[in-house]
Order: sequence, then structure tokens, then C-alpha cells
Amino acid sequence: MHPAWSVVLLTTLLGAGQGLFLALYGADLYDAARGRASLAPLFVAAAVLGSLALAGAGLAASFFHLGRPERAWRSAAMWRTSWLSREVIALPLFMALAAGYGLAHWLGMLQGALVVGAAAALAALALYVCTGMIYACIKFLQEWASPLTVVNFLLLGCASGLSAAAALSAWLDPEFARAYAIAALAATLAAAATRGTALVRNARLRPRSTPQTAIGIKHPRIEQKAQGAMGGSFNTHEFFHGASRARLETMKWGFVAAGFLLPAMLLAAALGSALPAFAAAAFPVQLAGLLAERWYFFAEAQHPQNLYYQSTS
Amino acid sequence: MACFAKRSAELSTEVKTTTCYMCACRCGIRVHLRDGEVRYIDGNPDHPLNQGVICAKGASGIMKQYSPARLTRPLKRRAGAERGAGDFEPISWEDAYSLLEERLKKIRASDPKKFALFTGRDQMQALTGLFARQFGTPNYAAHGGFCSVNMAAGMIYTIGGSFWEFGGPDLERAKLFVMLGTAEDHHSNPLKIAISKFKRNGGRFVSVNPVRTGYSAIADEWVPIRPGTDGAFLLAVMHEIIAQGLYDREFLARYSNGGHLVVCDAASPRDGMFARTAGAPETDTDWPPAQLWWDRHSGRAVPTHSEGADPFLFGDFKLEDGTPVRPAFQLLAERVKQYTPEWAQEVTGIAAATIRRLAHEMGVVARDQKIELPIAWTDCWGVEHQTVTGNPVAFHAMRGLAAHSNGFHTVRSLAILMSLLGTIDRPGGFRHRAPFPRAIPPAAKTPNSPAAVKPGTPLPGLALGWPAAPEHLFVDGEGKPVRIDKGFSWEYPLSVHGLMHNVITNAWRGDPYRLDTLMIFMANMAWNSTMNTVEVRRMLNDRDTEGEMRGEYKIPFIVVCDAFQSEMTAFADLVLPDTTYLERHDVMSLLDRPISEFDGPVDAVRVPVVPPTGECKPFQEVLIELGSRLGFPAFTNADGSRKYRDYPDFIVNYETEPGSGIGFLAGWRGRGGEKQMRGEPNPRQWEMYAANNCHFHYRLPPSYQYMRNWNRGYMEWAQRVRIRRYGDPVIIHLYSEVLQRFRLAAQGKRPGRQPPAQLRRRVQTYFDPLPFYFVPLEVQETELGKYPLAAITQRPMAMYHSWDSQNAWLRQIHAHNCLFVNPVAARAQGIADGDWIWVESQWGKVRCLCRFSEAVEPGTVWTWNAIGKAPGAWSLAPDANESRLGFLLNHVISDALPVLGSSNSDPVTGQAGWYDVRVRISRAAESEPKRSWPEFEGVAAAPGTRTAA
Amino acid sequence: MTQLALVIDLNVCVGCHACVTSCKEWNTQGAAGPLSDLNPYGADPSGTFFNRVQTFEVGEFPNTQTVHFPKSCLHCEDPPCVPVCPTGASYKRAGDGIVLVDYDKCIGCKYCAWACPYGARELDEKQKVMKKCTLCVDRIHDASLPERDRKPACVLACPTSARLFGDIHDPASEVATAIREHGGYALMPEWGTHPANHYLPRRKTEFKVREEDLQRYDNPLKVDGLLPKPATGEPALDDVTSW
Ligand SMILES: Nc1nc2c(c(=O)[nH]1)N[C@H]1C(S)=C(S)[C@@H](COP(=O)(O)OP(=O)(O)OC[C@H]3O[C@@H](n4cnc5c(=O)[nH]c(N)nc54)[C@H](O)[C@@H]3O)O[C@H]1N2
Ligand SMILES: Nc1nc2c(c(=O)[nH]1)N[C@H]1C(S)=C(S)[C@@H](COP(=O)(O)OP(=O)(O)OC[C@H]3O[C@@H](n4cnc5c(=O)[nH]c(N)nc54)[C@H](O)[C@@H]3O)O[C@H]1N2
Ligand code: SF4
Ligand code: SF4
Ligand code: SF4
Ligand code: SF4
Ligand code: SF4
Ligand SMILES: [Mo]
Repeated sequence: MHPAWSVVLLTTLLGAGQGLFLALYGADLYDAARGRASLAPLFVAAAVLGSLALAGAGLAASFFHLGRPERAWRSAAMWRTSWLSREVIALPLFMALAAGYGLAHWLGMLQGALVVGAAAALAALALYVCTGMIYACIKFLQEWASPLTVVNFLLLGCASGLSAAAALSAWLDPEFARAYAIAALAATLAAAATRGTALVRNARLRPRSTPQTAIGIKHPRIEQKAQGAMGGSFNTHEFFHGASRARLETMKWGFVAAGFLLPAMLLAAALGSALPAFAAAAFPVQLAGLLAERWYFFAEAQHPQNLYYQSTS
Repeated sequence: MACFAKRSAELSTEVKTTTCYMCACRCGIRVHLRDGEVRYIDGNPDHPLNQGVICAKGASGIMKQYSPARLTRPLKRRAGAERGAGDFEPISWEDAYSLLEERLKKIRASDPKKFALFTGRDQMQALTGLFARQFGTPNYAAHGGFCSVNMAAGMIYTIGGSFWEFGGPDLERAKLFVMLGTAEDHHSNPLKIAISKFKRNGGRFVSVNPVRTGYSAIADEWVPIRPGTDGAFLLAVMHEIIAQGLYDREFLARYSNGGHLVVCDAASPRDGMFARTAGAPETDTDWPPAQLWWDRHSGRAVPTHSEGADPFLFGDFKLEDGTPVRPAFQLLAERVKQYTPEWAQEVTGIAAATIRRLAHEMGVVARDQKIELPIAWTDCWGVEHQTVTGNPVAFHAMRGLAAHSNGFHTVRSLAILMSLLGTIDRPGGFRHRAPFPRAIPPAAKTPNSPAAVKPGTPLPGLALGWPAAPEHLFVDGEGKPVRIDKGFSWEYPLSVHGLMHNVITNAWRGDPYRLDTLMIFMANMAWNSTMNTVEVRRMLNDRDTEGEMRGEYKIPFIVVCDAFQSEMTAFADLVLPDTTYLERHDVMSLLDRPISEFDGPVDAVRVPVVPPTGECKPFQEVLIELGSRLGFPAFTNADGSRKYRDYPDFIVNYETEPGSGIGFLAGWRGRGGEKQMRGEPNPRQWEMYAANNCHFHYRLPPSYQYMRNWNRGYMEWAQRVRIRRYGDPVIIHLYSEVLQRFRLAAQGKRPGRQPPAQLRRRVQTYFDPLPFYFVPLEVQETELGKYPLAAITQRPMAMYHSWDSQNAWLRQIHAHNCLFVNPVAARAQGIADGDWIWVESQWGKVRCLCRFSEAVEPGTVWTWNAIGKAPGAWSLAPDANESRLGFLLNHVISDALPVLGSSNSDPVTGQAGWYDVRVRISRAAESEPKRSWPEFEGVAAAPGTRTAA
Repeated sequence: MTQLALVIDLNVCVGCHACVTSCKEWNTQGAAGPLSDLNPYGADPSGTFFNRVQTFEVGEFPNTQTVHFPKSCLHCEDPPCVPVCPTGASYKRAGDGIVLVDYDKCIGCKYCAWACPYGARELDEKQKVMKKCTLCVDRIHDASLPERDRKPACVLACPTSARLFGDIHDPASEVATAIREHGGYALMPEWGTHPANHYLPRRKTEFKVREEDLQRYDNPLKVDGLLPKPATGEPALDDVTSW
């Protein structure tokens, strides 16, 4: 697939936004469970605003993906069948609830905040499922058609959200900094494990569609000579990443490094040295890594339609 | 949903029928107009040719009509601008006319041959030919010489008809269909309709072609053959057919000259001529029967077709006067004896067993699956037949055979093989289309001496004809050509379609002489219809450096009539913007190349469905106007006033001779349109055509539809309607006395004209009365170790020559071209799929993209024809794929064969040997630009094109 | 339930592209159009087409098949492109099984194209809405057209009549018969999309010449004395037996 920057940004930023909110709400819950209200209001405000900003930026990016953004309002219509519709509903719902949670906090309605926050957290989780399922439900995109896709969207989002929380807390609420760093490290490692599993799985995939099934001729040697249009078409622009093997490899190892290794090291360093700067650095590095991850997520997916678009002459 | 329902209500379109001209097939179309704008074009279901279907080009007519590359104003090369630069200023039609009038008047009054008119892919040779003849110039031809004249001449000199408009395979009834060297052909849609029906009816389809594309793709068997070797294949098939006795003896004995006795006496001046009854005059057509059979029943020589007689096809006999004679068939059998399948395997690359098997298939299907139609008919000798028999093996062939310098004999071999199988004008075999069959050869002749070209006088004869003997050559006393293209000279005696590919080179060289004005209509001679393109472009732009003409262009004045800004228009001094096919009147006339069907003549018209764009004028009108201004007898009244208001008026009222009742159109003749084929002019003829889907179809009664070469009823009808002058049967020429006449002259055995010394051997060799195989001339001149690969082109079905790159839809299908190479051949040179490579012949080289293909014989490389373009032409952007990635194979094809000292043409017909070139391939260096080469200067958009405006 | 579809006969398709441009021509001027072109006279021209003809080579020289392969929307019976559409712009008509896009609703999110395994949908680069073969829904039901013309433009155009059109659920229809009798198959059956369009495979006609076909009593060589009867002078049983 062609990794469109709009969708790469949408899914990555949105995931981080959800993760950040969940991180915040998790701390809030923990706090409440302990019967305390020790979260620094500034931290709460920053986390809520950060979460909303990330989600909002993702949402904004998504409009660039639409041919007709002015009609975007129509896209909630088919929630019964379309995960995209569901995402379209879940996303603003999450944002609204998160904002409500923030507002409640700001107004000091801490109990209310907890209730609204629970709804927002549920919305965030649902949103992960929706976003993940948009990809996972296309069964012939075998790289995507796996529960791992949803799990990854969730864990990667949580990891980056927790990293963001670790960074914010290091600055605004040191009391929680260490816990966030630990949680971020754990989430990052968990995400690395599931994403790594997906990488291994995908490397072993054998495409079910072949030139033979594509044109219905049983012969081991089938080669396309012409695809019917020499200057390209929607099909050659939308479904091919157009990148070299080398670039693909670079992106892959790049995201493994920037998305998991480096942030894990930075978070560990933060824990070790108690230097907040390390924690603050983890998030941007990881975000960049996860953007690369999402790019690769698209580029890696082999759409069966490509079997029809192999060669021009 | 809503949006789809609205539609039909909105659709208040007007539908007009006319005839397509996105290619020369000429299907019937319906043009749907909305507010006067063309919105949709589909096939006309009520048209006999295409029966409602349309092709990729036809359905893209809109994009041609509204193409930005259209010329819309007459243009004059700006004073001082170089030819080829395309620097023009618009002028008015009146200025263009008076400029031409003045120039042409001067030429006509002094030396008419200094004006040459050559036309490309048009189908209006009856009018252009008339114009040239009235002008008095011998220098006229259409594109046939570089196209497929071998196909026409090889078959017409053998069976009196040929493929395309002239005839074709009866796939409705055939059981076995063998197609050789065809990619697309003129009969585009009808052939597709027929092949698919044929396959659905369970017929077996064999394609002989070095490449498997298009039609060959759906063949049941693909027989990959090395280019230029079909003659060997066909002769070996004949060898096997005769050896096995699989020929149709009855058919041959009666309908061919196989039983005719040939004088076999090397000492005799009539050696190799048919023996004759004493005192019979020798005529072109050898009719009434003066030739002899050796009768099996009476055991003596009798005039052919004597009642009750049956000739021996084999044997060695002596006439009463002691002359040794043999039946022509015996000579043919002797000739093909050497051509064993094993021999042919070495030449063609086709396994001997395959050749044998195919020969058996042909012979056995022809013999055992006979068709008997209950149609009674009478032959020319008065014998009544209760049925029409068919041997259901059909063939079709095209430029794969024709476009080689040995093509004439290859095509003759094919026609003879078809005859051996007894499939001429019979159900399931080859069928003629009116006005064929014609005499062998047809009666039309050119003048035969330079004296025929006289100032201010029409040419006493046609510029193109059908020589039957050296006396018909158009040469002077020393045997030198009169025509600029050297047509009908000893170099190319049967060049019945002229040699358009020689015109520019000859005129530039001044060999045989210089021209003053060259008028080109509908041909892209600076690009794809020229060999040696780079040099030809230089010639067009070359000036004299000394003498009185110093500083003048070697071809002083070039007029180009085109509808688009092509590569050629840039080299014109005067550009005449033509209309498109949707904007003009046109005729597909029986005087020309009509669209006849097997069951009878069909002619058709084009009527304008939209007004001309800009100042475009139909070339037809230009010719009528010029003809009138120049005072041609055919276009003016006795008092010098103009005879025809315009082209439609001309078409209605012109008669071949006053009162002949024969004109361009055969339908709705007579005052009120009550007559067919012949009759007085009908002032409402156009309307009547328009009301009948723009065509006229005359259906012959079934008894006249078959065996027309020998069908008395048909011949009498044909004579009555003046399709034929004589009603004589057209005997198949297994053995060609016409060729033997030339050979005897070359041997010095024949009184009268003889070839110049340096051409004697050539004529003697190639004018063999029997078919034979020789390696194509260019290949003989090639070091095959250095240039091992044959390079050929094919027609893409969705592009017409060069003229569809301006078409936004069609160019998306073929935006550039690659060279297709068998991986075995490519890997041997270290070339990978998709590499940039050099293709080099001994004449030139091109850089292009390589694409692997398993569908090409390893000794052959190929590409789509005419996709590569020069930058700026066709209103394409300078970075268009056509000029950056696409290429023209013509750059590596030569127009001349230096060793032989002749043009790269068939020595019999002058057909251009496009497909004889041999090349080598190598990888382009990594450092080289990834662009095709040669590259050309861009040309600015011509004034009047939309790109310029 | 009716399911209209095309059945494409690869046995006769010669790859002429008539179906490609006639489709473009019909649809660009009508309800589905205009179908835009980008860079029509420049580098890498591209445009929206509902139907493309591709070429594949099968096998190795000399046993090569060249296969021309027309492809448009297959009007799947279980079309994965429909449920994913967030706006409902993509839908399958209950009445005739045609899968359509309502351009007025489409937001150009391209999700349906991702969800089509066949690459049958193309986003119109100018109008920015998703387009695809409509099965010429604006022709086939148009009562103002003569009966003969109520067929898709590509079907009417196809010179080899390689494109059959009809209701594959009606066992008596031309298309259902063709599928049944000529081994019609669907593309990528592995995804359970149940394409309505089917393809008919190549069929090969062969002819067998037997040895005895070459040895016939009426061999014409005999007439000319070239297949001699055995000489009468040579020894025979006649000479040595007396019963
Ligand atoms: N779409 C379309 N239709 C056209 C045209 C067009 O440009 N586009 N052009 C029209 C014109 S002017 C013409 S003349 C006709 C030409 O019609 P065709 O003769 O059908 O066209 P070519 O492409 O020249 O085809 C030559 C075929 O012969 C094969 N070939 C080459 N050398 C040999 C050989 O030695 N032996 C054998 N057996 N095969 C060989 C080539 O592989 C190719 O398949 O088409 C007409 N129709
Ligand atoms: N390498 C190679 N070269 C070949 C061949 C090959 O097979 N291989 N084939 C040869 C053959 S068979 C042929 S016939 C030639 C064809 O070559 P050409 O006869 O040169 O044919 P086109 O390229 O179609 O160019 C004809 C010109 O007609 C113009 N034209 C189109 N419509 C109209 C109109 O309505 N009115 C006027 N006045 N002009 C119009 C076009 O713009 C174009 O400039 O090419 C030959 N060249
Ligand atoms: S075959 Fe030629 S004449 Fe017929 S529709 Fe196509 S372009 Fe037009
Ligand atoms: S129009 Fe018919 S023959 Fe031509 S490509 Fe399309 S399906 Fe094949
Ligand atoms: S072919 Fe593709 S677009 Fe058409 S119905 Fe099937 S899935 Fe949908
Ligand atoms: S592109 Fe249009 S039709 Fe396709 S899923 Fe999006 S809204 Fe639906
Ligand atoms: S059915 Fe209509 S829309 Fe579909 S491919 Fe054919 S012509 Fe195009
Ligand atoms: Mo031609």
C-alpha cells in the first residue's frame, strides 16, 4: 500500500492521544483508589490538552485523506457495517468525553471527572479497536488481517501515550514521573513484543492470492506484460509504496530502533539517573519511530490488486 | 441511485450515421450529438461491415475531433525559417490557392512530371489519381508500395484477387484457418467478428508468426517462424501436399493453368511460355483458349477446356511439331521437390514434423470435410453444376509476408497453396469481393514511354497499372524510369502501387530527376512512413550548394495536407488543414477500394455530422478547386468554366466517360435513384445514401456468389454493370507466363524491350514463373554474425500508425514502446528485463527500453509501430513519454541496399522491405541517460492548433 | 433474485481495447462522468477508466499463451467494498445486483478501493469521488433505448463478442449457460467475494490426421499414373498355385 501521510499521521497521533489520556486517567484512578487527589492540576490540564491536541491533529490530518472533506459529516452513517464509520463516531466521542473529563477536573468536580473519564477511557479503547479493525477487517490484506493489528494499535498508542505522560510528568508532576516511566517502558516492551510478532508473522505470510488465482489460469509461470495504462493510474498510485527495498529496510529497522529500542533505553536511563531530560526525550523519539512504524505498516501490506499491476509495456 | 436515473431524460441527443475513419476499415458508426457537440460514437448495427461493433480507435473519435493538435488554418513557412523548425504564419485559403495555382500552372505548362502527388493512409485514390492524371504527371501513387503491394500483386497475378477489401477468408464456413503474418490488418472489425465466430463454431485456428499477440493469442496453435522465411514454409507445405496427393486435382485441372502445356525447350524463344494452338495470337489474358492440355482420354494435345477432355497434370510430352512440353503442374511439382520439410526446418525454425502435420491437416480437411451448397451455377464453358463445393480451409496473410523483399514470391506461394487445396472463391475458403476477381493481370496500364508526359495535357493512361509484359513498363528507350519513384522500371517492373518510400530520396538525389513541387496528403513522411528517418529529414531540409539553384531546397516546394500537427507538417512550405472524418463528405467507391462483402459490391459514403473546425477544408474540395482553377478537362466545361460546384456535386455528376453511367457511387443512380451500379447521375444520391446508413449493398444472387473466376452468370453480370470489360474466365496462374515474359527478355530471348545490362541478372532471377524461396535481399547483404536478430514491428490494435498520440484516451494505452526480446536472446547479452539497451543495425541505432517476452521467437525482436514521436509534434508536451521513452524502429531501417545499388524493396514489386532488417542488442551504459535516442529538436505549436492559441 | 453480470470469454478476446474506450466514452458523457484525465498530453498521462485490458504471458517459449484480460468491477455477490463504506455511497442494488457508488454521498476516503481485492475501483482525480463500472446501469434499464441497445457499452462494442451480459441467476440465460457449459470461473475465489462476473477459459481445438487418411483409394496422383499399380510382370501367388 501507499503510505499516505494523512493516514500515517492520523493513526499515530490519534493513538498517542488516546494513550496519553489513558495514562492520565489511569493515574487518576490509581490516585482515587488510594483515596487521594494528588495529581498536579497543571499536569492534568497539560495531559488533557496534549491528548486532545494529538487527537485533533490526527483528525485534521485525516481530512487531507478525503477527496471531499466537506462531506465528511456523511461518514458516520454506516456504523452498522463500517469500522470507519465507527471510528468516525468514536473519535469525536472520545475527544468530547476527554474534554469533559478535563473540564470536570478544572472545575474541581473530581468524582464527576472520574465517571466521565471512565466513559472517555472506554471510548479511547473502543477507538483503538475501531482504528485497528479498519485495517484488520480487510481479510485479503493478510499483513493486516490479524488480531495483532488491533493489539498493536492499542499497545503502540498506549506506549507512546505513556511516554508522553512520562515526559509531561517529569516536568509538571515529578511524583508520578517514575511510575509513568516504568509504565511507558513496560508498554514499549510489550508493544515491541507484539509488533515484533507481527513482523515475524508477516515475513512468513504466504499470499493466498497469486497470479494464478488473479486471472484464473493454473500455470506456474504467469507474467504480466501490460496493465492497460502506461502512464499509471489510481491503482498504481494508491497501492504501491514506490520505495526501494533499501528504503523499506531502513524504515523497518528505523522504527524498531526509534519506536522501541531508543525510547526503552531513554526511559530506562530516566529511571536509572532520575534525569527528567531522558524521560522528556523518549516521547518525541518514540513518536518519530511510530510514524515510521505506521509508514512501514502500510508499505508492508501487499494488496492483492497489485497482482494486476506488475508491468507496463 | 438518483444520479443514475436522471440520465435518460436528459438525453435528448440527435443521432447521425456516417462512416468511421479512425482507420481504413471504414465501419458504419452512429454519432450522437448534444447541442451540436459530439458526445458518443458507437457502431451502427445496420451496417454490413461492423454490424454494430466498434473498436478502441473508433470509440475514441471524440478525442480526435476535439484534439488540441488539430490544424485549423492554412499555414505558410515563414520567410527565412528553416524547414523542420515548424515556424509558420497563417495565410488565407485564397492566398494558398493562388500560390498553388500559380506554381502548378507553371509546372504543368512546362514539365508536368516536376509535380508529384503522393498520398498516405487515405482511401480516395480514385480522386487523387484522377487529379494527377489530369495534371499530366506520372508521379502519383498512394502508400501501397511501402505498405503491402506484395500482398496485392502476389495474389492478383495468381488468382485475380487478394485479401483485405479485395477478398478474404470465409470463416463462416471454414473448418481450418491458417493466418500468416497478420497483427491487425485493414479489415479490422470484420476479421475480429469472423475469427471469434469461427472459433465458437469449433474451427481450428493456426497462426504462423514470429510473435504471439492479438489474433495469434487466441490461435489454437502458434507456429513461431523466423521472419522472412514463410516462402520456405509454404513451399515445403506444397511439397508435402503434392507428395501425398492431397491437392484438389479436379479443381486444378479445370480452373488453374496446372494442366496447360509449357514449352520446355531451352533453345526456343518461347521456352517457358505456354504452348499454343497454331496461329493463335498472344494476348495479355490468353483468352479465348489458345493454350493446350494433354488430354488423358485421347492421349493428345487439345485446346484447354475442350469438351470431354481432362488434362494430365504430370508428364513429359512432345507436340506434333516436336516441341517438348510439360504440364505446368509437373513443373511446379519439380520445383517444390527440393523444398522438403527438413530443408524448411533449417530455414524457418519450424520442426519438419510440424510442417508435415500442418500440411496433412490442410490437405485432409480440404478433402474430407467438403461442403456442398445446393446452389446451381454455370461455368464459363457452359457446364452446369448442381452444387457449389467448398474445401473448408481458409487462409489470411498480411504484411508479415508482404513487407519482406522476397514477399512477392512468398505471397504467390500462398496463393498457389490455396489453389492446390481448391479453396479459391469457394465456401469455407478464400472469397472475392467486388470488383474482384479481375483479369490476371488487370487491364489498366500506365503509358509506356516518356513521350506520354506532355505539357498542359492529361496523362494518356493511368499513373499506376498492371504490366503484363516488358512493353508495359514506363521507361524510356534506354530502359530508364519515367517515374520519380522508378515505378514500372526494370528495377521494380510490377510496382503496381508505386514506391512512395523512394520519392524523397530520389528527388533529393535527382535520380532520375529533380522535382519542383511535392504534395503529400495524409502521410507522415518525415517520420513513420519513411525508412532511414534521420537522413530523410535531412534530405527534406537540404539545399543546393552550387549551380543555378544554389541556396534552393533540393525539393523546392513541399505541400502537406494533414489534419494534425504531425512530424511531417514541420517540413512543409505550405500546410493545408484538412477536416476530420466527421466534418466532410467522402466516398468509399467501387472505382477505388470499396467495402464490398463476399455476397456483392458495397460502397459507402461519409457525410458531415459537424461543421468544419476553424478554417479546415476537405482535401477533396481542395482538389476540385485546384483542378478547376488549373483548367483540367475533367473539371471544366468546354468554355473553361468550372464544372463542379464542390465535391458532393462532383461525386454525383462525374462519370468516367460522358454518358457511361459509371460514377464514384453505384447506389441510387438514375434520375430518381431507381438504378443500381450504372445509371445517370441522381441529384439526390447523397440523401439516399444518408437515409440508408451511408452505404449501398448490392447482393448477388447465390448462383453468382461463388466460383466467380469461372462463373458465367457472374461474369455476364459483371460485364453488364461494367465491373469487367471482358467476360473471360480468370484462370489461376500456378505458372506465371507474365513473369516468364520478363525473364525471357532478360535472357535476351524475347524480341522487344530488354533490361539494361546491369539489371539482366536481377530480372532473370526474380521473374521466375514458378514460386521459389530466396533469402531477403537485405539479409543477403548482412553479416549475420554481427547482426543476428530480426527486428520487426506490429500494429497495436488501439493505435493507428502515428496519428493517435494526439488522442488523450488512446495514448494512455500506448504512451511509449519497448523492444520485446526473448529472455534467451537478452540474457546472452547480459540484458535484464526493463534495461535500457542499444539496438543497432548496419544502418543506424536507437536506444530504447527492453522488455522480456516469451511470446517471441528467440531470433526476433519487435516493438509496436509508430508509438515513438518527435517532441512537439501532435501537441504533446516536450516531456511526453512518446518522445522520451518511446522510439521509432525506422531509424535502423534503410531505404537503400548499397551492395545491390537499389532501394530496399522487393525486386518484382518494389514493396518496401520493412521487416528484413537485422540488428544486434547491447546494454546501455549505466551512465547514459535513461531516455530513448536519437533525440530531436522540439517543434513549436503551429498557429491554429489549440496548444498554440 | 437477479444478478446482472458480464461473462468474459478469454477464448476469443484479442485484447483490442474496444471495451476500454467505449466504456470511457459512454460513461464520461453520462451519469457516471465526466471521467477525468490528468496530463492528457503531457508526461505520464493517466485517467479514470472503468475497464482495462491487461496482457499476461503464460508459459515459456515456445509453449507460450498470450492472454488478454479485460477487468472491470466484478459486481461481487458478497462485495467487501460495500460494508466498509462509511457513508453508504457504495451500495449493492437488491433489484439487479449491481454494485454502485453514489457520487453525491462519496467522500473520497478510498476505503472501498482498499477493500476491493481486484483493483476495480478508481478515484476520479478531478472530482475526487470513487468511481467504477456501473454495468452501464444508465443504458441497460433505459426504456427509451431500443431493446438491442439496452446492453453495456463495452458489450455492444466488443468486436469478438467476448463480453456476454445477463442475469447469472437465471439458469436459462446466455451467461449462466456459458458459465455452466464452458467452465466459467470467478477471480480470486479464496476471498469468498463471489464475483458475479465470470471468465471463460481458453479452449483448444485440435485435429488429428490418422495414417489411413493419407492413403486413400482416390489419391489424385493415381490419375496421373504416379501411384503405380503393382507391375503385372512381377511374381504373384497366381504363378505358383493351382487350386
Ligand atoms: N489498429 C491498427 N490497425 C491497422 C493499422 C494500424 O496502424 N493500427 N494499420 C493499417 C495498415 S496501413 C496496414 S498495412 C495493416 C497491416 O496489418 P498487419 O499486416 O496485420 O500489420 P503488421 O503489424 O505489419 O503485422 C505484421 C505481422 O506479421 C508478423 N511478421 C513479421 N515478419 C513476419 C514473417 O516473416 N513471417 C510471418 N509469418 N509473420 C511475420 C509480425 O509479427 C506481425 O504480427 O493494418 C492496418 N490496420
Ligand atoms: N517501422 C515501420 N514503419 C512502417 C510500417 C511498419 O510496419 N513498420 N508500416 C508502414 C505502412 S504499412 C504504412 S501504411 C505507413 C503508414 O504511415 P503514414 O501513411 O505516414 O500514416 P500515418 O502515420 O497514419 O500518417 C498519416 C498522416 O495522416 C494524418 N491524418 C489523419 N487523419 C487525417 C485526415 O482526416 N486528413 C488528413 N489530411 N490527414 C489526416 C495524420 O495526422 C498523419 O500525419 O507506415 C509504414 N511505416
Ligand atoms: S476498425 Fe477502423 S473504421 Fe472500424 S471502428 Fe475501428 S477505427 Fe473505425
Ligand atoms: S472489446 Fe472484446 S476483444 Fe476487445 S479487449 Fe475488450 S473483451 Fe477483448
Ligand atoms: S469487484 Fe471490487 S468493487 Fe466490484 S463489487 Fe467486487 S469488491 Fe466491490
Ligand atoms: S471512497 Fe466513497 S464510496 Fe468509497 S468508501 Fe469512501 S465514501 Fe464510500
Ligand atoms: S458495463 Fe459499462 S461501465 Fe462497466 S465496463 Fe462495461 S461499459 Fe464500462
Ligand atoms: Mo499500410
